[in-house]
Amino acid sequence: MNMNIKALAVMAVALSTALPAMAASPWVVANNTTKTECSACHMAYAPGFLPKRSWRAIMSDLSNHFGEDASLDDAARTEISNYLVSQAPRDIRGLAASATPLRITELPWYTRIHGPRFVAYAQSHPSIGTLSNCTGCHRGAERGIFGDD
Amino acid sequence: MKFKLIIATTAVALVGAVVAANTQRDAILSGYAAQAGVSGFSADAGRQLFMSQNTGGKPATPSCSTCHTSDPRNVGHTRVGKVIQPMAVSRNPERFTDPAKVEKWFGRNCRSVLGRECTPTEKGNFITYMMSL
Ligand code: HEC
Ligand code: HEC
Ligand code: HEC
Repeated sequence: MNMNIKALAVMAVALSTALPAMAASPWVVANNTTKTECSACHMAYAPGFLPKRSWRAIMSDLSNHFGEDASLDDAARTEISNYLVSQAPRDIRGLAASATPLRITELPWYTRIHGPRFVAYAQSHPSIGTLSNCTGCHRGAERGIFGDD
Repeated sequence: MKFKLIIATTAVALVGAVVAANTQRDAILSGYAAQAGVSGFSADAGRQLFMSQNTGGKPATPSCSTCHTSDPRNVGHTRVGKVIQPMAVSRNPERFTDPAKVEKWFGRNCRSVLGRECTPTEKGNFITYMMSL
């Protein structure tokens, strides 16, 4: 009896920590159109990595997308933009409120962890190529897992 | 007996899928032929388009072969290192079967590489080349 109550209590704690994360994790792409359309050339980046204003800027200039044309029809573009902007944070720590970065790889926290040594490493390994290729080094990146490799 | 039946059914289903894909691809080609006002396309002209080096588009993508490699039977790579399945229909029977997908990528890639839309004739030639390999 005593045991069961303890077990239940543990389960309740586990559930209450797991559920908010599952409901809408900003580190995993939960919208199917975004998952399909934004994963054709690289992994689909999750909304939590950039502030709302950055996603708005990216989604309003898809025909000049980092040196390529990534245009979409209006219906898909609007759905993806609404999803990314709604799930993104207003601000990101260490980033000036006046800055609208288009790249995750230029954010202060990112360059602090991934220094020039990483750029060289990515470039010398053709299967990685660029620091934008998160999955090249973090196998769990699409599941929001970056810590343990 | 049952086993043979399963094999037979699977074979029929597979052939069925390929026939359906061929029908869809033919319909896309006929559409381009009608738009261009021509009755056939040239695999050789398609190959030239595929291999051409261009300066009119975006600097990082001078050619279709930049990503699809110079042999469309091979897998290619995007500029972010993601694998692109072969373009040659013999290696990838699903190619050029979804009209919306075909138009989306002709739009993007012709603008990136050539700096303009491809004409219906160029699209038909390109697909015909990919069917000839
Ligand atoms: C046609 C190919 C293509 C498609 C489709 C595409 N992208 Fe990109 N994207 C790129 C390229 C190329 C880069 C630059 C990578 C580099 O510099 O190494 C990039 C970079 C990015 C970056 C910055 C990554 C970094 O370095 O931090 C973001 C964010 C991004 N894309 C978002 C999107 C979103 C959102 C979509 C869907 C609407 C999308 N992309 C669809 C080609 C594409
Ligand atoms: C060249 C390989 C490489 C690439 C590409 C790369 N990372 Fe990393 N990343 C690492 C390594 C190694 C660490 C661990 C660094 C350390 O602990 O000092 C790390 C750490 C991280 C961390 C911190 C994890 C933690 O819990 O400590 C995050 C978050 C992260 N990367 C996100 C990304 C994202 C997002 C991308 C793509 C835009 C990316 N990384 C691309 C190698 C890479
Ligand atoms: C920057 C890299 C890149 C370049 C350059 C490029 N492509 Fe592609 N292409 C892709 C990617 C990525 C896809 C979508 C992934 C897939 O279908 O496997 C694609 C798909 C296509 C498709 C859709 C095929 C289908 O299954 O329906 C066509 C058509 C196409 N490309 C034509 C071209 C043409 C024509 C050129 C040159 C004018 C070209 N591409 C240059 C990356 C590129």
